[in-house]
Amino acid sequence: MGSYALRRLIGVVPTLLVIITVAFFMIRVAPGGPFDIERTLPPEIEANIKAAYDLDKPLVVQYIKYLGGVLTGDFGPSYKYKDFTVAELIGAGFPVSLKLGASAMLIALVLGVTLGTVAALRQNSALDYAVMTVAMTGIALPNFVIAPLLALVFGIYLSLLPVAGWSDGGMADMVLPVTAMALPYIAYIARLTRGSMIEVLRSNFIRTARAKGLPEHRVVTKHALRAALLPVVSFLGPATAGIITGSVVIEQIFQVPGIGRYFVQGALNRDYTLVMGVVIFYATLIMVLNLVVDLLYAVLDPRVRYK
Amino acid sequence: MTNGTQAPDMAPPVRGRSLWQDALRRLSHNRAAVAAVVVLALVVLLAVVGPWIAPHAYDELYFDHVAIGPDLDAGFLFGTDTVGRDLFVRTLMGARISILVALAATSVSLLIGILYGAIAGFVGGRVDNLMMRFVDIMYALPFMFFVIILMVVFGRNIVLMFLALGAVEWLTMARIVRGQTLTLKNREFVEAAVASGVTRPRIILRHIIPNLLGPVAVYITLTIPQVILVESFLSFLGLGVQEPLTSLGVLISEGADEMETAPWMLIFPATVLATMLFCFNFIGDGVRDALDPKDR
Amino acid sequence: MAVIDIRNLEVGFDTPEGKVQAVNGINLSVDRGECIGIVGESGSGKSQTFMAAMGLLARNGTARGEILFQGEQILGLGSRALNRIRGNAMSMIFQDPMTALTPHLRIGDQLTEVLTTHKGLGKRAAAARAVAMLEQVRIPEPARRMRQYPHELSGGMRQRVMIAMALLCEPELLIADEPTTALDVTVQAQVLSLMRDLKDRLNTALVLITHDLGVVAGLADRVMVMYAGLVVEEGPVETIFTDPRHPYTQGLLNSMPRIDRAGEERLTAIPGQPPNLQRLPSGCAFRPRCAYAFERCEQERPELEDIAPGRRKACHRERLEAVS
Repeated sequence: MGSYALRRLIGVVPTLLVIITVAFFMIRVAPGGPFDIERTLPPEIEANIKAAYDLDKPLVVQYIKYLGGVLTGDFGPSYKYKDFTVAELIGAGFPVSLKLGASAMLIALVLGVTLGTVAALRQNSALDYAVMTVAMTGIALPNFVIAPLLALVFGIYLSLLPVAGWSDGGMADMVLPVTAMALPYIAYIARLTRGSMIEVLRSNFIRTARAKGLPEHRVVTKHALRAALLPVVSFLGPATAGIITGSVVIEQIFQVPGIGRYFVQGALNRDYTLVMGVVIFYATLIMVLNLVVDLLYAVLDPRVRYK
Repeated sequence: MTNGTQAPDMAPPVRGRSLWQDALRRLSHNRAAVAAVVVLALVVLLAVVGPWIAPHAYDELYFDHVAIGPDLDAGFLFGTDTVGRDLFVRTLMGARISILVALAATSVSLLIGILYGAIAGFVGGRVDNLMMRFVDIMYALPFMFFVIILMVVFGRNIVLMFLALGAVEWLTMARIVRGQTLTLKNREFVEAAVASGVTRPRIILRHIIPNLLGPVAVYITLTIPQVILVESFLSFLGLGVQEPLTSLGVLISEGADEMETAPWMLIFPATVLATMLFCFNFIGDGVRDALDPKDR
Repeated sequence: MAVIDIRNLEVGFDTPEGKVQAVNGINLSVDRGECIGIVGESGSGKSQTFMAAMGLLARNGTARGEILFQGEQILGLGSRALNRIRGNAMSMIFQDPMTALTPHLRIGDQLTEVLTTHKGLGKRAAAARAVAMLEQVRIPEPARRMRQYPHELSGGMRQRVMIAMALLCEPELLIADEPTTALDVTVQAQVLSLMRDLKDRLNTALVLITHDLGVVAGLADRVMVMYAGLVVEEGPVETIFTDPRHPYTQGLLNSMPRIDRAGEERLTAIPGQPPNLQRLPSGCAFRPRCAYAFERCEQERPELEDIAPGRRKACHRERLEAVS
């Protein structure tokens, strides 16, 4: 188990290196640097700025310097927010994004698994159809449609919750963004759980458990649920990546000061260092979380544990 | 004896056809899927011919009708936006762009994915290992961020968007095709072709690709809505389609900004997008169930 | 009093293609310490009879009639009421040991939960009983096995675990559904001899469901032969083997290699296909495959009748001698 984790962790390194390299060169070959777009500066000032950002050195030197910086958590200065380093901006935004994303993920898991299990146990009942219809809606509606609609209904028409903003990050500010982020994943996880639960309940070992005279709730929770959760656990990797990507648009809509918002601002302003920093940070996060998911899978299914 | 040697060669096409007929029959019994096909066909038809026959042009400004709600007398079915353009024709235009991008990007991803997967699966061995390892690495990348970087770096260009979306969506296709190729490779009719000296590219083209149609059909119905979604997502953020062209994502974004004063600007494009995505999802489910009935 | 007494049991399944009748009104009873073999092809209804008794029919299945377990009607009981009996006084072993155990739970956990559920034992006492039972089914190093997962055990080993699990509460009735079919031949023999020992020692009533007459020969006291959801012949095991009275039983015996008749005659398969349960032929269900069929077989379904003490058959022919 330990060596498996270690091997997987080592496997992450080359992938990260690829990401950093691709991102770096993609941006450096970009037509037009960040300082050409505003107004033309006197040549000596431009040279000064370029020197300050190392843009006058050969590409390889820049690359190695950048790589060294990334290893120590230094993504360089932001082009746009000139008083801040990229690391500082990420540091400021991450707690907010984490709070949103983790809440959404947790809610999606708990509600999705519960709804899916209930639907599977009452297969083809009215309840089952209701859950599946709602789930279809959640899957078909993208979060950038759900989010403004939620804001319109609960924020403007009903005036129950703030339309947008993040005054102190309290409950009221969280409800709408977290709901918009979680809904598609509640739907997806519910469908996934239902499907695999129906499959598992037909399997031979469930028949054995029933033949043993165990109470039905024990059959479901102890024998069926863990097996039925395996596809859900596999989905957690893509779901994490999806929630992180989704946070970009959700933070934009609800004006939440998280990493995603910085990222969009950075992208619109061609703040290359900021964009790259966020990409590398999130790529690392996604890969580490994927690793955690794989380990979790091994915990749930002893058959993969010793391979 | 003669029968015995002919059978493997004859069997696949015959089975293939009846499989498709079967699937079509099952699909036509799936009421949700049939309804989705009808609704989607209507939306697509409107999107294609609507902008030509509509009374207003999508970029024409009506200064005396700025941001009015749906008004049949003035001929604005969905109302107008904040600079006085007809929202109905703009929504159809947006749908048209979305569909166009989806079709183009899906074709790009199909082309790359099928070729890549078929080659990896058919050649096998170390090449296969290497090629699939590359796909694994690409999978681990947060591709949406890369598309965004691409759009930032090379400007917000619609052709580039086809290519960028196609270039990230092919991974799944490559995996499916490789898996199918591996299982097909060892089937009798391919072995027979190899034994009778047919060249490799010919085998890939004539024998393997036709047999992939089933999974590919499922993949297409799932990828098109996926691409529409990503395109809208990018446009929503202001990184996709640019003025004066429009797409559903752009319209929804504009609508979200004005939802307090002009909610119709949000509601109509959002409804059209949701309808299209709904239909594709139902069709996708239907096609999957029809081709693989045991999956239900 | 019989341990289990099944009367006029009918089991049917609703399918998209219509109703399928799997069991067509059968009667049987098993006494303490007795072993009865239920023999038939797949689809003869032999398994579904006892699935109904265990309350394990598929969702689309319905059963009618009476199943008395120690005098109590258990057919139609809810799962809560059945759970007093299932796994406790009546337990069942299934055909495929490879998939019958929950993959993510340790063997020990799967064994002890039977005891904690039915006998109210504590964890430690239950574990001690489970280890003792594993020893009885001749599993080496039982304490280590308790900590292992199913995939770490061989097929034969897993089937022993299933047997141990079924016997933990010392049931009155043990139902074994093709317990050796999925196992290697050498392992089959071991498992069968184990079951014989346990039956003699514990005096449990045993129902052995199989398509293999060879399995029955070594273990059963009485044999019931089923065809198309009906009992066609019934009797003590020796007489069934030496003097079969139903053409189907005879066909089964002729299709089986036997040491006592080596070289005498060739093995012959029963001609034709097992019946389609949705469209049974008129009269006797076996008629289309029967070499002895005559007019009456087409018009009238033969009843199960006593032909000798303890022997019954459902056939219009008095004796089986070659016609044609």
